[in-house]
Amino acid sequence: MTAPGAAPLLEAIHLGKTFAVGGRLSPGGRKVVHAVDDVSLEVRPGETVGLVGESGCGKSTLGRCLVRLYDITAGQLRFKGTDISHYSRRQLRPIRREMQMVFQDPYASLNPRRRVGDLIAEPLRVHGKRSRGEIAARVRELMALVGLATGHIERFPHEFSGGQRQRIGIARALALDPHLIVADEPVSALDVSIQAQIVNLLADLQERLGLTYLFIAHDLSVIRQVATRTAVMYLGSIVELGPTDELYRAPAHPYTQALISAVPVPDVDGARNRIVLTGDVPNPMNPPTGCRFHPRCRFVKDRCRVERPVLREIAPDRTAACHFPLAG
Amino acid sequence: MLQVRGLKISFRTERGLVRAVDDVSFDVNEREIVGVVGESGSGKTISLLSVMGLISDPNAVIEGSIVYKGRELIGLPQRELRHVRGEEIAMIFQDPMTALTPVYTIGWQIGEQLRIHTDLSRRAARKRAVELLDAVGMARPDLMVDRYPHQLSGGMRQRAVIAMALSCNPSLLIADEPTTALDVTVQAQILELIQRLRRDFGSAVVLITHDMGVVAEVADRVMVMYAGRIVERGSKRDLFKSPWHPYTWGLLDSIPPLQGPRPRRLKSIAGAPPSLLELPKGCAFGPRCRFRFHSCGDRPILAGNDGHQAACFLSPEVRDAAWSRRAAPVAEAS
Repeated sequence: MTAPGAAPLLEAIHLGKTFAVGGRLSPGGRKVVHAVDDVSLEVRPGETVGLVGESGCGKSTLGRCLVRLYDITAGQLRFKGTDISHYSRRQLRPIRREMQMVFQDPYASLNPRRRVGDLIAEPLRVHGKRSRGEIAARVRELMALVGLATGHIERFPHEFSGGQRQRIGIARALALDPHLIVADEPVSALDVSIQAQIVNLLADLQERLGLTYLFIAHDLSVIRQVATRTAVMYLGSIVELGPTDELYRAPAHPYTQALISAVPVPDVDGARNRIVLTGDVPNPMNPPTGCRFHPRCRFVKDRCRVERPVLREIAPDRTAACHFPLAG
Repeated sequence: MLQVRGLKISFRTERGLVRAVDDVSFDVNEREIVGVVGESGSGKTISLLSVMGLISDPNAVIEGSIVYKGRELIGLPQRELRHVRGEEIAMIFQDPMTALTPVYTIGWQIGEQLRIHTDLSRRAARKRAVELLDAVGMARPDLMVDRYPHQLSGGMRQRAVIAMALSCNPSLLIADEPTTALDVTVQAQILELIQRLRRDFGSAVVLITHDMGVVAEVADRVMVMYAGRIVERGSKRDLFKSPWHPYTWGLLDSIPPLQGPRPRRLKSIAGAPPSLLELPKGCAFGPRCRFRFHSCGDRPILAGNDGHQAACFLSPEVRDAAWSRRAAPVAEAS
């Protein structure tokens, strides 16, 4: 289903996104931050690509670039083989139906004054030429699909729990039968017991509807559960990408290794080798020279301080941006 | 060291009396790390806020007894409570900015604490602040002491707040989700620091968290709370190796594993935690429980042995069998 050779649904080629920060009045003057820097990534039909990294690594920005909610400033973005990097809003309209987004805080993305039925119908009204009856039927179908009681169609968002609100967000995203869903931290605002429900729901929907996901999260165990392939980001770039099982079993990039080892595990026997990184993620305005991870890397060598490693193949379908990969 | 007995916290609201904490009793011993786990609204934070005397809501009704080193804290005048807070018991929060003011340097803020509770001079307080920042693992403490909170990263701010909490050598530190807002690599640093507190400062720690992983990492004993009550407590080993309460099972099963085979589906707990306004009759977890039977219409009390207790009617045989099977059918929300 997701063979490496399959034609990608979505493809980013050396994609970049810069933001201008500061202005005439700020002490440093006007500067440019590379929030996403030279990212190449393909999303294959039917798979889930997990995008994981710490706050400020650019994973959400990348997610928004991939659905063209942000304009990209470098590189190319192809959807089903067509270059959509510079499509106008009008040109994007038919494409937007095919790629939808699910956000972290479902409450912030739902208008508190609209009823659930209206909220789910909104994309259908905006994008379709459906009759009122068709829309009502579709709304009920969607509510059932995501596990919401159709009897609650007249309720307002505040009458729902966090998990149910996320179901509303998912129903809205599914309304137009998209192929690709970019889910940005869809479970991180939810309680643990509810997280598992939403993770299961997304997996069921993928199976039933043949969806493709880009799943963005900072929680490594959630990503391991959902992702076919996992991409690890650090300071705006992908540092490692590969099949989830292999990447977790034998991480190739020292950052991936440290990240996985740092996750607290609910197990009292496991004498795990915890690698505690020193320091914080550097300021993206002023990234380190060479490999951006080198100031925190246990294995740093002279070459890492001067030469920036590029993402290269270390094993079939596995890439890492490290001069001295640990696996592969 | 700390003895909480029959703690009940209710709030008078327009829609009636809401019981946020219902008959909670627990002890914290010296140099011990106690983990308090639960989902939002389980009462874990509010119980510990009451220990700090920090519930200022005029509509709150607090009953029961909180004895710290032989002294009853409930009903203690604010003046005296102020000495207990800071000198004896300190608290840190999820968002370090709630405890920091943006307009003073962190050195000034740590120093203020010291000048209030001790008779250190301004200069000596500053020197002590540098030492504390060093003790919590802040790089270049001599420089950082003059920084403002906005100039620090989240992890550094949390360290500054911990340094502030430690400034008067409290014997009990209450940490409310101290790592939830932090990245996983920084979380690891802070958890290590919390474990070091006991070693270097001899403090006991109550760690409030929703993350079973964090508890497994640092706690000695664990209490699991649900809808304002303790549903299970025991040593960390008891809780993770042979948990008794179906809610604890559900919490453990909800976490996707980081090693080993990936389950096709996660075993989630059906439904959502109940509203405190409309608590179900009998066991509050009953409506979500896969093992519910006729007894559950009554309210279970904590029972077991000295070290390990659960509030559940399942017989030891049934629950041991259920836990060792762990193959129960997947429950899903409707």
